[in-house]
Amino acid sequence: MSAAFEDALARSVQNWCAGATGIRAAAQLSGGASQETWAFTIVRPDGDIDAILRRAPPGYGAAPSRAAGLDAEAELMRLSYDAGVPSPRVLHVLTEADQCGTGFIMQRVEGETIPRKILRDAQFATARPMLARQLGGILAGIHGIESAALPALRTMSSTEEIAQLDAEYRSFGWPRPVFELALRWLSRHDPGVSKKITLVHGDFRHGNLIIGPHGVRAVLDWELAHLGDPMEDLGWVCVNSWRFGEIDKPVGGLGSREEMFAGYEAGGGSVDADRVKFWEVMGTLRWGIMCCGMMQRFRQGPDHSMERAMIGRRSSETEIDLLRILAPL
Amino acid sequence: MQDEPTPSELIKAVADFLRDQIAPQLSGHAAFKLRVGINALDLVTRQLTLTQASDAAEIEGLRALLNKDGALLDLNSELADLIARGEMDLSTPGLKDHIWRTTLAKLAVDQPNYASYRRELEGK
Repeated sequence: MSAAFEDALARSVQNWCAGATGIRAAAQLSGGASQETWAFTIVRPDGDIDAILRRAPPGYGAAPSRAAGLDAEAELMRLSYDAGVPSPRVLHVLTEADQCGTGFIMQRVEGETIPRKILRDAQFATARPMLARQLGGILAGIHGIESAALPALRTMSSTEEIAQLDAEYRSFGWPRPVFELALRWLSRHDPGVSKKITLVHGDFRHGNLIIGPHGVRAVLDWELAHLGDPMEDLGWVCVNSWRFGEIDKPVGGLGSREEMFAGYEAGGGSVDADRVKFWEVMGTLRWGIMCCGMMQRFRQGPDHSMERAMIGRRSSETEIDLLRILAPL
Repeated sequence: MQDEPTPSELIKAVADFLRDQIAPQLSGHAAFKLRVGINALDLVTRQLTLTQASDAAEIEGLRALLNKDGALLDLNSELADLIARGEMDLSTPGLKDHIWRTTLAKLAVDQPNYASYRRELEGK
């Protein structure tokens, strides 16, 4: 962290956090060109607070077209927290006076996000059998948030999503007969506009869930939040790539669809299993196309990293998963 | 004609060295990056070993499906277009079989440990 940034952040916390005298232990967790995540500790005589900063550095105001924007993310996290969805508490939304760019500061939640640990480590053995149902309940909570309270978000229907994926796939100029079959299937099975339009998290899966020994502690990353068919979130969490080898447990390698549905209905939601399956196919294709996009960005730079290149080679995993759903042997 | 050792032998020797000698000396982010790098080298070795046979089988399958000759990329583009236009689908004789075979051949190079792939191989 640059000295100027660290000074600005230390001044900022003293303005809004009672008793704060400064910050320490700032470390960057992740970051691209337009968005960064930092961990740091707010120093207070009454007890330090571990915090997370998500920000776009000064000069990087514009978010990519699909992104909800950092102000909306903070607002959604606050609304979720208030609705009883496990969420980090938002401590502060950055303003121009903070001179730290745009973004927000939240309380750090302890726990695990790494799927292989959650699926295999002994400390999660008690939580694992409960998680599929718990995830259903959490999604019901998210989808139940009063729409009048929501910040401005894009609305995305299944028909628009198909058209977007189709255009993105064609922009790569690389033939994939399996993706063509999937696009045809999606168009023929498009359920149309959902009768119920709600807040959709948009990226509800391992990596964006902090898990503790007793279950979900926090839902993270509202970057892809939008308004749409609530069944989208239930389908996306079942995409095979998020099962991390536990392929007979569709919900994140943790449990069955039926368990998730039961949790969803107990939380006040109602399930349309056909729509969930449709969105699982859409999600599988979407992840495949995202992998192809990683390849493009690797080739065109500036992020010429091995990781990006290798994610490009994960697109074929979605082809076998699409075939297993659409043309089983 | 280029001399021996072959590219796949050379890459495998480098990957084995990194895996056995260097990886144990690293930790944290550097260890993660090295693991990604070794995975990439292993993928290249598999591609160099397997692609000649799988490309030959794929082109033969495409010729039979499309009833014409051509380069692999061109024939694949044509198959993709025919599916997109609805002129071929899973009911087209031979299409499902061809697509499964080519997809399994991709996984054999990209991710031979991917669970869906292993499950399909067990069924064979």
